[in-house]
Amino acid sequence: MITATQAPEKYLEIFDQFGSRTASHPHWLQSLRQDAFARFSETGFPTTHDEDWRFTNVAAVASTPFELAASATVSREQLEPFGASQFACCLVFVNGLFSGELSTLRPLPKGVTVGSLAAQIKNDPATLEPHLGRYLNIPRDVFAALNTSLMGDGVYVHVPRGVVVEIPIYVLYVTVPGATPTMNHPRNLIVAEENSQVTVVEDYVSMGEGITFSNAATELVAGDNANVSHYMIVREGDQAYNFSTLRIQQGRHANVATHSLLLSGALVRNNVHPVLAGEGSECLINGLFMANGRQHMDNYMLVEHASPHCDSRQFYNGILNGQSHGVFHGRIIVHKDAQKTDAKQTNRNLLLSDDAQIDTKPQLEIYADDVKCTHGATIGQFDDNALFYLRSRGLAEAAARHVLLLAFANECLDRMNSPQLRDHLEKLVVAGMPEAATFAGPRLGEGAERNWEEVG
Amino acid sequence: MSLLEIKNLHASVNGNEILKGIDLTVNPGEVHSIMGPNGSGKSTLAQVLARRESYEVTAGSIMFDGKDLLEMKPEDAACEGLFMAFQYPVEIPGISNAYFLRAALNAVLKYRGQDEMDAIDFLPLLKEKMRLLEMDERFLNRPVNEGFSGGEKKRNEIVQMAVLEPKLAVLDETDSGLDIDALKIVAKGVNAMRNKNRAMVLVTHYQRLLDYIVPDFVHVLVNGRIVKSGGPELALELEEKGYSWTEAEPAGARR
Repeated sequence: MITATQAPEKYLEIFDQFGSRTASHPHWLQSLRQDAFARFSETGFPTTHDEDWRFTNVAAVASTPFELAASATVSREQLEPFGASQFACCLVFVNGLFSGELSTLRPLPKGVTVGSLAAQIKNDPATLEPHLGRYLNIPRDVFAALNTSLMGDGVYVHVPRGVVVEIPIYVLYVTVPGATPTMNHPRNLIVAEENSQVTVVEDYVSMGEGITFSNAATELVAGDNANVSHYMIVREGDQAYNFSTLRIQQGRHANVATHSLLLSGALVRNNVHPVLAGEGSECLINGLFMANGRQHMDNYMLVEHASPHCDSRQFYNGILNGQSHGVFHGRIIVHKDAQKTDAKQTNRNLLLSDDAQIDTKPQLEIYADDVKCTHGATIGQFDDNALFYLRSRGLAEAAARHVLLLAFANECLDRMNSPQLRDHLEKLVVAGMPEAATFAGPRLGEGAERNWEEVG
Repeated sequence: MSLLEIKNLHASVNGNEILKGIDLTVNPGEVHSIMGPNGSGKSTLAQVLARRESYEVTAGSIMFDGKDLLEMKPEDAACEGLFMAFQYPVEIPGISNAYFLRAALNAVLKYRGQDEMDAIDFLPLLKEKMRLLEMDERFLNRPVNEGFSGGEKKRNEIVQMAVLEPKLAVLDETDSGLDIDALKIVAKGVNAMRNKNRAMVLVTHYQRLLDYIVPDFVHVLVNGRIVKSGGPELALELEEKGYSWTEAEPAGARR
């Protein structure tokens, strides 16, 4: 029997209330939620004794009495500084609720569906049944279980076979903190059918300060030969806990790139879990995390090679300043049948202060015998030779430091090769840099496309 | 007025005295070569001129174009018109050559109160300088020095010098490790930049470079002191006899 003792009782109450609101949902969805909550109740929040959470203590999240966030009113002007409105296709969710008023949806190619997942559940749940909740590892990932239990709104993207969506689908999740701690559980589903192409951006922002908990989950399904780019931007407030899980399911020859930019938040946990299920599929897992002050940023990668001839490339760069703490956990599982796997993993870290900390941990589990797996991690400070080199060419010391930071960030930015997003992403990175104010140099746009590289 | 005036320069690295009283005067338009055996202090002199902070000047003075060079930070010296081509150019992944050079040129222009250059004006200038050094245009967008061969790195240094147009260029063993073809290209680039206002100091271990860049003066640096100065013929003499005879010559030169 299931006991609820390990999960805070508070959640049972919230789950019951939430259940009364979703009574009209189809049976399969209700049982999905109930099973997930049972799992959450059984497991409770993880502790640092759990190997997957060794470097990240979630006690603060577990002990805070969060309530589901209430709706909030936000104006277009207030959203302006986030820079999302420049995108022709921009969906806005405020405290977990879709705002049709704040969203702009340019006509998309015929047959493409982009909108609120909650609306889709209401109007046409049968379209979701084959995918929603079918990929996330609910037994293993307690936060995915919690998300599924209290599944809020999020984006639903469906691209039919052979259709190419040229413009990025930009999704802005605005958290407006309340007087007491609030939470919401954004849930997204992206389905790109065979031979289709699409780019989706998730951008999590806060408006004002206060204790909040955003626990997002995204299932991304890339059909055979589909080409999908996914971006995850986290730039929440100093008292925001941001957890997210991205589960990617790839068909034959599907090509997926997932990019993360973690720029702020009290505690950020970024789970990326691609499963290369179809033969010959490729996945690029690229990310940059920049932590300041006492921020904690944890990147948990789980790359599963389940079929032969698949390639995965992981590149994560971390910039840690102040007393911040970064984590990179890169787990690669090569299943028995996944011969000719080519998996690479690189994590490079720059520590800008004596008190900053990074834990980096590769973990390879290989059950096939004809595979190529490499991993490498570096931890370093500013290179004095490089600083002197730049200064000897006329750049002031602060500018030289800034250029080196940009250079380091640029290794990741250059892989984020959407021409429509590039400027925006670069601006976010530059604004998030510790010495941003001191240097107004030329833009980086002259950078070339760089090949995937190996750093030992 | 001389462009560079070094008087009684003493410098140490980690408490070890490397330069033990250097006197050297360089006038605009002149090319001086500083030769010497390994460990004689040649590179230390170059680094001190470029204002590397780990090299401590314990005595003496350096005036550069009428200003006290020892008061300058590396970036100030660069903006005042001093350029050092590195013996070991540094790789900077993540920044393209074009970006790096425009940032550098604009820093210098800004210091001098001149208008900064945008990418549209800058690119033709950079391409022209790269042609001079026979560098392929793909190096524009390659990260600074990353994955360059030794020869490409050295040529890239001279491209930088050509873009920044310094008053004084210090070439620190730019010829080391170059094959004869690369050496000729580098020499051609350097020679193209010689003019009556610009001075150069070539720090080298080998006489070979001086076949292609003929200096006005040759100085022999041994054990932290200039022990002999002369014209280009001195380099040939060194080539023939090695450095040992110069070390023995000035009796007072050693402690």
